[in-house]
Amino acid sequence: MTAVPLPEVTPLTEPYWSGLAEGELRFQRCGSCGNAWLPARDACPRCLAPEPLWERAGGRGRIISWVVYHLAVHEAFADRVPYNVAIVELDEGPRLITNIEVPESVLSIELPVELHIVDEGGVAIPRFSPAAVG
Amino acid sequence: MRGEVVIAGIGHTAYGKLPGRSPTSMNVEAVRLALVDAGVEKDAVDAVFVKYPTSQHISMYGQVVAEALGLHPRIGGVWDQGGATNISMITFAAMAVLNGQCEVAVVTTADNPRTGTRQAYERGWGDDAVFGWFGTPAGYAMIARRHMEEFGTTHEQLGEIAVAARGHGAANGDAQLRLPLTLEQFAESRPVVDPFCRDDCCLISDGGAAVVVMSRERAAQLAVPAPVPILGLGQGQTSWDVPLRPTLTETAAASAARTAFAMAGMGPGDIDVAQLYDCFTITVLMTLEDYGFCPKGQGGPFVAGGNLQLGGELPVNTSGGLLSETGMPGMQLVLESVRQMRGTSTSQVPDASTCIVSNQGGIMHTHSTMIVGQL
Repeated sequence: MTAVPLPEVTPLTEPYWSGLAEGELRFQRCGSCGNAWLPARDACPRCLAPEPLWERAGGRGRIISWVVYHLAVHEAFADRVPYNVAIVELDEGPRLITNIEVPESVLSIELPVELHIVDEGGVAIPRFSPAAVG
Repeated sequence: MRGEVVIAGIGHTAYGKLPGRSPTSMNVEAVRLALVDAGVEKDAVDAVFVKYPTSQHISMYGQVVAEALGLHPRIGGVWDQGGATNISMITFAAMAVLNGQCEVAVVTTADNPRTGTRQAYERGWGDDAVFGWFGTPAGYAMIARRHMEEFGTTHEQLGEIAVAARGHGAANGDAQLRLPLTLEQFAESRPVVDPFCRDDCCLISDGGAAVVVMSRERAAQLAVPAPVPILGLGQGQTSWDVPLRPTLTETAAASAARTAFAMAGMGPGDIDVAQLYDCFTITVLMTLEDYGFCPKGQGGPFVAGGNLQLGGELPVNTSGGLLSETGMPGMQLVLESVRQMRGTSTSQVPDASTCIVSNQGGIMHTHSTMIVGQL
């Protein structure tokens, strides 16, 4: 079976992936203007200041949108269809691509979700599930 | 600039499966036919604008095509805005013509993803491939889902767009897919990436198409038989990739149309027929909103009841568009706008004197708009 394509860890993204391996989701924040974002960049896309800082996310967010694949574009996902891919916006502002660990019928935009770090082929990746109430 | 530049000629290859044809050979055929249509000798051409072939990057491709055409352009090259490229190149050609940089420009595009490689449309999105995030259709599906959830747009309303295009394509002898579609058949179409089914998605096609651009004055000197004046041009872009885009349901079509309508001195109410980039059904619906044919969020009700079909309030994609004529990224829409203004479409809108055309690329990253009409 074809393996799931894994992230290519670079010096730029290493703090992100090592953070997940240590059990935390990190994002970048500009030390100059306070802007927060993902994925990793060398400079703030708002004020262009270099050397952004890494910060730990609280792990809560909401669903912006999602799709459900019925055909696997990549054969590694052939035995997973149908599967969802979603955009989640963290409470701190950054957005990321992820999967929501629920049946597709439960999904809706603005649904509160919480982080659930899981292993995928030996790499810790951030998935989400509906947030517990309260 | 309004009305000062014309599309003097149009040409295209066959559409569909063209095994063994390279993008370069198809560009040459399209340009040859466009020059014949314009009644212009090749030697009059002094500018060559080429869309890069999406499925294969070739370095300095503008020069590759110019060499195959046996031309030595004063200005030109290759341009990459994805599917917005063709109208954008017409815009640059028009500006070059009016500013003394050239006199007669050919603008051409060709690609062979059908018999060649489709890899460009199916790739994983960087590190996010680990989540199964692959391919162009899913990016548009992500936008469609947000629109449906936010505004109550239904899949059946998206089907109206496919039904209109397929009906017009069935009437077009040059179309790759000449199979009319009903809303019932659309509802039963195979799911691909929800909310899209197969019939929400454009064709994949080999083919080439080209236009000849020159000043209205030069067209008169050369006795061009059926020049069509360009009344408005505009472009707009967002740079945010889909996951990062602050508002998924608004596109750069709004800014492109503002510029084009201002140049033309027109508004949506002045438009008789539209050729709107339909890589996916949602693209047409959101372009109608962003162009101002209906308020934001009202695209669903606007397209309902056959409103986009010949005889409806705004006939759209009268040669079949990307959903039925050819999946070629955009130039076929330009060609059809010229045919509508000449009165030679296979789904001719009676007495049409204005046509708006949209091109857009990436996943609604880039947008270009053109308005053509009889002065």
